[in-house]
Parts: sequence; C-alpha cells; structure tokens
Amino acid sequence: MSEQAAIRQAAAVPALRTRRRATQGRMGKVLWYLGAGVLACVFLAPALWGLSSSLKDIREVITYPPYLIPHSIQWNNYLEIWHRVPLGRFVWNSLLLAAFGVVGQTISASAVAFGFARFRFPGRDALFLLLLSTLVLPQEVTMIPTFLMFNAVGWVDTLKPLIVPNFFGGGPGGAFFIFLLRQFFLTLPRELDEAAILDGASSWTIFWRIVLPLSRPALGTVAILSFLYHWNDFLGPLIYLSSTEKFPLALGLRYFQQLPAEGGPPQQQLLMAAAVVMALPVIALFLFAQRLFVQGIVSSGLKG
Amino acid sequence: MSARTAQSQVQTPTRARSRRRRREGLQGYLWISPWLIGVLLFTVGPMLASLFLSFTQYNIVASPRWIGATNYINAFTKDRLFWGSLGRTLLFALISVPLSSIGSLGAALLLNRTWRGTSFFRACFFLPSLIPLVASALLWRWIFDPRLGLLNYILSLVGIKGPGWFSSAEWAMPGIIIMSLWGTIGGSQMLIFLAGLQGIPRELTEAAEVDGASRWRRLWAITLPMLSPTLFFNLVLGIIGALKVFSVAYIATEGGPNYATWFYLLHLYYQAFRFFEMGYASALAWIFFAVVICFTILQVRLSKRWVYYEGAGRE
Repeated sequence: MSEQAAIRQAAAVPALRTRRRATQGRMGKVLWYLGAGVLACVFLAPALWGLSSSLKDIREVITYPPYLIPHSIQWNNYLEIWHRVPLGRFVWNSLLLAAFGVVGQTISASAVAFGFARFRFPGRDALFLLLLSTLVLPQEVTMIPTFLMFNAVGWVDTLKPLIVPNFFGGGPGGAFFIFLLRQFFLTLPRELDEAAILDGASSWTIFWRIVLPLSRPALGTVAILSFLYHWNDFLGPLIYLSSTEKFPLALGLRYFQQLPAEGGPPQQQLLMAAAVVMALPVIALFLFAQRLFVQGIVSSGLKG
Repeated sequence: MSARTAQSQVQTPTRARSRRRRREGLQGYLWISPWLIGVLLFTVGPMLASLFLSFTQYNIVASPRWIGATNYINAFTKDRLFWGSLGRTLLFALISVPLSSIGSLGAALLLNRTWRGTSFFRACFFLPSLIPLVASALLWRWIFDPRLGLLNYILSLVGIKGPGWFSSAEWAMPGIIIMSLWGTIGGSQMLIFLAGLQGIPRELTEAAEVDGASRWRRLWAITLPMLSPTLFFNLVLGIIGALKVFSVAYIATEGGPNYATWFYLLHLYYQAFRFFEMGYASALAWIFFAVVICFTILQVRLSKRWVYYEGAGRE
C-alpha cells in the first residue's frame, strides 16, 4: 500500500463518520419530533377532551363511541352554566379572595422581608430560622386550632379567615414569599441604601423608593404565585365556608357534580364548561406573563 | 475639666452607636411585626393548642376534657381506618413521586433542545399542570367514566376491556396516580430539571464527547450526578407534597369505593369537620407532623450518600 493511499484512507474515515453522523442526526431529529409529538398529544388529549365535551349537546355527550369534534358546537353551554348555579357569584368570590390574597401577601411579605434583609436586631437569626421551619410545617397541624379560634370570634362562614392571615405574612405560601423576597433584597447593592441614608432618607423611603422599584420581577413572581395559590385553594374554603353564596369556584364547581342528584339528566357538558371557566384565567395568566410565571414556578419548586 | 472632656469624647460615640443600634433594632422589629404577630397567632399558638387538644376529648360543644394519651392509643390500636389510611397515603407517595420525578426528568432531557418547535412542545407538556386541581379532578372523573369515558374507549380500540376506575376498589388508586402524574410530570419539576440541565457546564459534556463517551455514558456519568441536587429537592418536596393528598381524592372519589382512596388527610378532615372530634383529629395531625418530619430527616440523611454538590468535598 502506498503512502498516498494510506493518507487518503485516513482522511476518508472522519469524512465517513461525519456523513454517518449527519444521517443519524436527521433520523434522530425525525424520531425526536415523532416522540415529542406523540407525548404532547398524550398530555393534551384529556384537556382537549374536556374542552370538546364542554361544547357538545347533551345527546352527543352520552353517545358511544365518543368523538372529539362536536357535530354542532354548543356555545350555549357557556351561557347556561351562569343560570344553573350562581356561577357569577362563585367567580366573584374567587376573584375577591385572590385579590385580597395577592395584595395582602405582597405587601406583608415585602415589608417583613425588608426587615429581615436590612436591619440588625437581637434574635433576628433565630426568628428567621423559625420562618424557615414554618416552610416545612404542614398547614394541617395548625388547621384545627385555627378553625376553633376563628369559630370563637364568629368568623366561620365568612371570607375573613381566608383573607386576614394574608396581611400577616400567612395564607397559602406566605412564609415562602417572605423567604423569596428576603433572598432577593439581599442581592440589591447596599450602597444605594447608604447613599439615601446620608441624604437623610427614612427606612420607609428606602423601602418605597429604592428597594421596591428594584424588585419588580421578584414582586411579580410573588403576586403570580399568590394568585395561583388562592385561585386553586380548596381546603381552606371547604373548612370555613358553608353557605353557597360565599363559595369560590373551587367549591362551587362541585355543584355541577350534584345536579343529576336533583333529578335532572347528567350534565357532563355543563360541568366541563364550568371547569374550563375555572382553568381559563390561569392559562391566560401563563400566556401573558410567561417569563415571570415560569420563574415563579421554578422558584416555588423549592417549596413544592 | 480636661479629664471630663476626654471622658465624654470617649463616651459619646459609643453611646450614639448604641442608641443607633437600638433604633435600628426597633425598626427591624417594626418591619417584621406583621409576620411576628401572624406567626404567633396562626402558627405557634395553634401548634401548642393542637398539642394540648390532642390529649383531650373535645367536640366544640362541651369544653375539652383531659384524657391523657388515649387519643394516640386509640389511633394506633382501635381506629380501623388509621393504619389503612396511613399505609395508603405512603403507598401513593412512594409510587407516584418516583414515577413523576423520572417522568419529569425524561421530559426535560427530551425537551432540552434548541430545535424549532421545542417551546411549543414544552407548553403542551406544561399545560396540564396549569389546570386547577379541582377542575382536573372533575375532568378525570369524566375521562375515567367506565361506560362513556375517553380512556376506556381508547383501551377498547386496542382490545382491552377497561376497568371501572373510580368505581372499582382495585382501580381507584391507580386512577388517582395516573391523574396526579398527568398534572405533575410536565409541571414545576420538569421546569426545574430544564433549568438544572442548562446549568451543566458545556465543557464537561464536550470533553466527554471528545473522549468518545457514548450518550448513555454521558447521561450516567455527567448529567445525572450534576442533576442530583435538583433530583433530591424534587423528591423531598414531592413526597411531602404527596403525603398531603386530599382535594383530588375528596372530589374525585370521596375516599371510596370501599375506602380504597381514603387517604390520611381525608381521615383527619372527617374526624375534625364531620364528626367534630377535635381532640382526636389533633392527635392525628400531630402523628402526621411526625411522619412528615421523619421523611424530611430521612431524606436529608440519605442525600449525603448520593447527592453530588459541586465544589463540596464528598464525605
């Protein structure tokens, strides 16, 4: 074998390898799209099925075998749900709870986080440790005495037990929000504070004019998570509320489940329509604030 | 005279500093006061109260009567549903959490690309986790409907006669697990894994590739060890979260059929808010708390064995 041939052969091997790699890459890509597509369908199918059921006529709903696309789209279902049960009331209550939750938790958590991040005081570290340990404390342990307490002051069957704790660093996720904001405040340069102090600024001014404006992304994350936790909360309303006109959506949806018990035919399409109404604001929030939303979900993973 | 001046010159700065310290401390307490009040009123106080109540018999109407450890003894020896509900809850957590962690990891590995359409696929995987639990429980009741549901129809297409799901004592639990997997695989865990994958330095994988390590080898030797802290967090939080399974079962099956999905918190809820056995329910709550703490400690211990923290020496 000549030297030349050997060189040619040596050069050909990598070329062959890259070519094989390229075809492998293309095959891999096709397989990837196929696999990801199938899995995406698996994930989407239940939701699409619910959506399709919500747009069907009652006879279509109970037709077997089932099919995905309704023969005639019944937008009417989405009108009927508002008449059948006080759905408007439920939506209003949910919005009310979520609004108070977001406002209360964002204000109280940012103030408390500011206190922990910017001041030195005796017992601070111990108190912060207490805060951290409440993160793992299951709410169920304190649920019963808290209920008894609110019962004693006559707040059961009002929205107050679900609203007031939010203003005191409590409510769903409350301790976590303090932790999150405190970590964020610690990353803000202290030089800004010190410059402001030299100019005679009070701690309130520093909080309101410097720290909060610099923390918009973190505050947005907290607000979004707080909205989600309140909108989805089921156990709290279940324990405290008993009259229908005070129910949020999470409790109210169960009314559609009970409609057949009132003697009517099964109303699966209405139940699904109501479920879509409950899911829609969350999906809309995700679409409009995707980046903050994902950030929030990732950071809340630390809490679960 | 001159001695006094010198003294006051020494004292003034320290006194001023200590006054400033005191002021700072007071302000600090002022800023955290909402939480301080809240934690005393809604956490520490109630915890002590529930510990006390757990040693009493209390039904709200009559005042609490001290009965010692009877509630705990009854839970462990007399309550027919106690061990069952605890075991069922542990079973649910130990099956669903590893499955969802593996699923999320797989999904993250699959979707950790920059190809066209990746973000669309991510959104598809993520969508189920956006659906509120209550809505998803109602949706799955309909999908699992033995006669008209989507799932049994699909199974019938491949020649399988689907089970009764939520109306069958055997299949209700698998049903709940499937439902929870649907909502968790593409959710926060997947996003956390994706963030973790992006945090792996490229040099590592590239160096391994140059050395001729196969894809599997790279996954086992680089990706998984680098992800192990993430995986660990997901497992701890996942298991603690799964122990709290409640609303899904409350809505979808109401603990049935024949107590097949009667989870621990369902039991606690019924004792407290249906039968108003507040003392007994408090004991159940404290047992639950102990179980959660045990899991947390156990996992922190175990983590030292298999979690790799970058920059930290191994023990």
